[in-house]
Amino acid sequence: MKEFFLGRLTQDSLPHDWVTVGGTGTFIAMFLFAALILTRTKRWKWLWNDWLTSVDPKKIGIMYFLTAAFMLIRGGIDVILMWVQQALSSGSSHGILSADHYQQIFTAHGNIMVFFVAMGFIFGLINYIVPLQIGARDLASPLLNTLGFWLYIGGVVMVNMFFVLGGQYAATGWLAVAPLSGIAFSPGTGVDYWIWSLQISGIGTTLGAINFIMTILKMRAPGMTIWKMPLFTWGSLFSMLMAVAVFPLLTATLFLQFFDRYFGAHFFTALGGGDPMMYTNLIWMWGHPEVYILMLPAFGIFSEVVATFSRKPIASYTANVLGMAGVSALALSVWLHHFFTMGASADVNAFFGLITLVIAIPTAVLFFTWIATMHRGLIRFDTPMLWFLGFVTIFTIGGVSGLILAFPPADFQLHNSLFLVAHFHSNVIGGVLFGIFAGISYWFPKFTGFRLNERIGRNAFWCWIIGFCLSFVPMYILGIMGATRRLDHYDAQTGYQPFFILMLIGGLVIAVGVGLQIIQIVASIIQKGNLRDATGDPWNGRTLEWATASPPAFYNFTVIPHVITRDAFLDMKRLGLPEPHYEDITMPKNTAVGIYIAALAFLVGFAFVWHINWLAVVAMIGIIIVFVIRAFNEDSEYVVTAEEVKSIEEARIAATAAITKKSGAMSEQEDMSVREFVIYVYDFAIDIIRNKKWKSW
Amino acid sequence: MVNHEAHEAAADERVMFGFWVYLMTDLLLFSVLFASYSVLHGNTVGGPTGRDLFTLPLALQETILLLTSSFTCGLGLLAARSNKKWQTLICFGITFILGALFLSLEMKEFTEFIHSGQTLQTNAFLSSFFVLVGTHGLHITSGLLWMGVTMGYILKRGLNKALVRKLALLSLFWHFLDIVWIFIFTIVYLGAFA
Amino acid sequence: MKSSLSAKQKNNPSLGRTLLRLGTGLSAFGLLIAMLLRGKNIAILDAKGTIASQQRGLIFYVLTVILAIAVPTVILLYFTAWRYRESHSTATYHPEAKTGKAFIVAIWALPTFVMLLLAIALVPATHKLQPNKALASSTPPITIQVMAMRWKWLFIYPDQQIATVNYVQIPKDVPIVFDLTADEAPMSSFWIPNLSGQLYAMTGHINRLNLMASENGDYRGRSAEINGAGFAGMQFTARVSSKQDFESWVDMTKQSASTLDKATYQTLVKPSENNAVTAFYPVDDSLYADTVMKYMGSHDHQMTAQTQHEGMY
Repeated sequence: MKEFFLGRLTQDSLPHDWVTVGGTGTFIAMFLFAALILTRTKRWKWLWNDWLTSVDPKKIGIMYFLTAAFMLIRGGIDVILMWVQQALSSGSSHGILSADHYQQIFTAHGNIMVFFVAMGFIFGLINYIVPLQIGARDLASPLLNTLGFWLYIGGVVMVNMFFVLGGQYAATGWLAVAPLSGIAFSPGTGVDYWIWSLQISGIGTTLGAINFIMTILKMRAPGMTIWKMPLFTWGSLFSMLMAVAVFPLLTATLFLQFFDRYFGAHFFTALGGGDPMMYTNLIWMWGHPEVYILMLPAFGIFSEVVATFSRKPIASYTANVLGMAGVSALALSVWLHHFFTMGASADVNAFFGLITLVIAIPTAVLFFTWIATMHRGLIRFDTPMLWFLGFVTIFTIGGVSGLILAFPPADFQLHNSLFLVAHFHSNVIGGVLFGIFAGISYWFPKFTGFRLNERIGRNAFWCWIIGFCLSFVPMYILGIMGATRRLDHYDAQTGYQPFFILMLIGGLVIAVGVGLQIIQIVASIIQKGNLRDATGDPWNGRTLEWATASPPAFYNFTVIPHVITRDAFLDMKRLGLPEPHYEDITMPKNTAVGIYIAALAFLVGFAFVWHINWLAVVAMIGIIIVFVIRAFNEDSEYVVTAEEVKSIEEARIAATAAITKKSGAMSEQEDMSVREFVIYVYDFAIDIIRNKKWKSW
Repeated sequence: MVNHEAHEAAADERVMFGFWVYLMTDLLLFSVLFASYSVLHGNTVGGPTGRDLFTLPLALQETILLLTSSFTCGLGLLAARSNKKWQTLICFGITFILGALFLSLEMKEFTEFIHSGQTLQTNAFLSSFFVLVGTHGLHITSGLLWMGVTMGYILKRGLNKALVRKLALLSLFWHFLDIVWIFIFTIVYLGAFA
Repeated sequence: MKSSLSAKQKNNPSLGRTLLRLGTGLSAFGLLIAMLLRGKNIAILDAKGTIASQQRGLIFYVLTVILAIAVPTVILLYFTAWRYRESHSTATYHPEAKTGKAFIVAIWALPTFVMLLLAIALVPATHKLQPNKALASSTPPITIQVMAMRWKWLFIYPDQQIATVNYVQIPKDVPIVFDLTADEAPMSSFWIPNLSGQLYAMTGHINRLNLMASENGDYRGRSAEINGAGFAGMQFTARVSSKQDFESWVDMTKQSASTLDKATYQTLVKPSENNAVTAFYPVDDSLYADTVMKYMGSHDHQMTAQTQHEGMY
């Protein structure tokens, strides 16, 4: 009876070792703290109505950013734990973690960084910026968007759920290859958490991708033909097309693995006729393009940044777009280079090696278009541009090492080594993460109405660069010394230890960089009077997102612009902005359907992790009911009348004028330095303590 | 008001386009299941093969049922577009019954296999068979559910634009499942005897 | 707008100072790395076998060709950025500058040319260094059957009738054929970086790895693919010795070792970590083939199990 209701959940499932108790404690404390603040400030309703149930892609974008930033810190703590372990665990010392625990940490690190940090930030940027860039007021399906976001959140909760119940995550590496991830070798709940975390967020990604394809292809402003789209929109389109092409493969593969584990099927088992090599093929058919799904929007961001800060249109726009198209198309057909070492024939290996080489051609074309864009420009080096230059260096290192790995005989030596790990971190950190940082610092004024503190931004940038070199140069060297990845312990005579210690030091420098980025945001908020941008166009932008207010009204544009050339906003500035006139605007209503369905999907996953069949069935029926009710609800939109739009716009213009008047004299003031920030915080704290200010709260 | 109608029409077109994209993702999902079936169908670990288990007449019956249902589904959509409520209901009613018959035949086949000890756990061949054919069956089930609910709303609200749009998507879905079944019939059933 | 920019510009350190700092930092770092590397076994560069040295040669060829284009490109990019910086008043700002057709052709042609240079090396190298390709030599090869288990390596010398755990000894300048498979273990990867690249050891498959050592010594070998809790300890020593030493080692092993029959094997195959080196003699003849067969799911695969696994595709 107890087993019927609780499945395999027992008292033992509750956390009992120091890490999981600590993790659970931290999570609970954070929730309680947040709940307390919300209750004290009476903000629950505001949170629910204005944010959680919102279908505004801008708000959803911000929620993606916050979650991804939180997960970046979570995944970063994993790195520090791993590198402390590796720095210590030489010879007779076994470090601070058991092998199993260490393996869970690097698995979680990989999943969190790819799915919940990089994907989160990229989806956040696409949500916020793409509709603005194409001159749209909302997305093709606002419902799919909120559903996709909440499924992502479902995945985030699921990936951290093991802290609270079960105490173990998958110890298999981020792709959980079979048969290691099969029930025979991984009997616990760890792999099940892995499956459902990826499954739930992966389905969200597919839905989100379908939505953005519809939006980009069908909702562009009049006059914006496909060859006039901004490059970030192009990058996002390619990314979403790839997502639609490969995420169903992930969904199917995860389901097959679930059938193996839950129902005893034999898809990937060693015995019973299953074929583990099929798993390796399927997971990489998705896994390789996945990295490019993250990379293409980042390429788009860099194109926007280079053009804006060189004050020139992007050179060879067509070549740039074709370059991105080439990268996406080829990325779908190189998956086998992840397992040259599995024993395929020389012809097969050579074929996939050659295609991998070919990818370098369109990538190089992108680099040349950026150089040509800067040529005869007037270049400013604000932080977005610094991130671009950092990207160029690190991504090139990653590219060179990647081309070496494209040679099957070289790959036999370097595969599964730390050289490989350093290679893909060069591309993912240098390319994706720096792209995200460039994008966030570039569009931050759009999100908030004030730009980011430049000085602290530069400090953070240099910490990242130096930290990266300190960590990853030794990692390349370790790979060449024959150190495999995922080692929780090594012999002293290998001589690896000093390099692992260097990696840890580099990791700490990067951690300082992340700390500075947080300080940068806080300092910018403190100083926002000085950093205020009242124009909505702080960088002299070229594309339509800069035509709106900062932050834009919920309907984005009072009047949908008519696009003439690629630099749509630059034209508007040259030819004079159109006279504002106000019209009725149809907008989607907020809805909690996304939250309900995602919560039920989470329950389905949770029930399957713990073998609580009744709950899975009930939750699935629940999803169907919610879905049917929503599908036949014909009342999902409302009209903002022209008068309402007028009053919103006039209020904004008045507020802007007031700010410009007030802050005009202060804009000469320099950005706060870290030192000044520390002094400010110190004074602030002293002031509170001396004057007993907490009493008034 | 003209503006509003244009807004609706554009939204309709987007939804139709999006649904096509969704169907492509579903097709990819099936392609993985087909791929796994073609890799694993020989791996019987000494158990009976497809040739020993399958009966072609049954599969042929299923095929005919589904093909006919696709035809009546098309007729139903035509009726809906010309705003004939009862004709629409009758056509989709027949489609529903044919779909349900298809499903019952499939259930019958599955139950027979399971009773003779040939289950998902037996070997890789049967795992891939049950999951491929079962996933199609699950799609049919959700199609039937969708059909039933839509017919209920037509009875209650009468035919309106939103419901006709739903029927259009539904029939697209139904034809898609028909095509997938043709592949299953060819690869799984005919393939076993080839 | 303009004014706030110039205020920021003042904070920019000069290019010279930045370059100096970067240069000092990088050279100090390089020096540190060089110091740390002194006397260490840099396995992939210290190739001690014919295969490993060819792989090293290939890595260097690829590196040279790519750096020849990548380094100038990156320098050009930095130079352009610096040349057209805002504070550089003599550079001509020309926002309407268009790129010509010749430029477009060049940016596609140049990387294509470099990739062709690489491609013509890739195909023959891949065929030449295909792991299952037999090595040409006047000496007949020695076959060693390798089984990956949780978490140890079992080496069976079918001709010598001996078996070892976590230790393999081979004679210098003799072609060695490793037939890799696995039992009751997830995919593992067999790697002796000083001697050759790695190859996966999988249940139900035989992957063949050929190599030939060219220098005596003890080299580290291990599983390169994650395969569970005992992964880090799943390592072995590969000793390369003269032919005479090899033969006397075989004889010695025969005298001191115990039998490896099916019963002993059942104990051996159970999961265990950080196993000590052990040796067996004699070894059950059918052990290896039976283990491979155990995982065959179908009739049509059974014939290929005995023969060599030529790749799955």
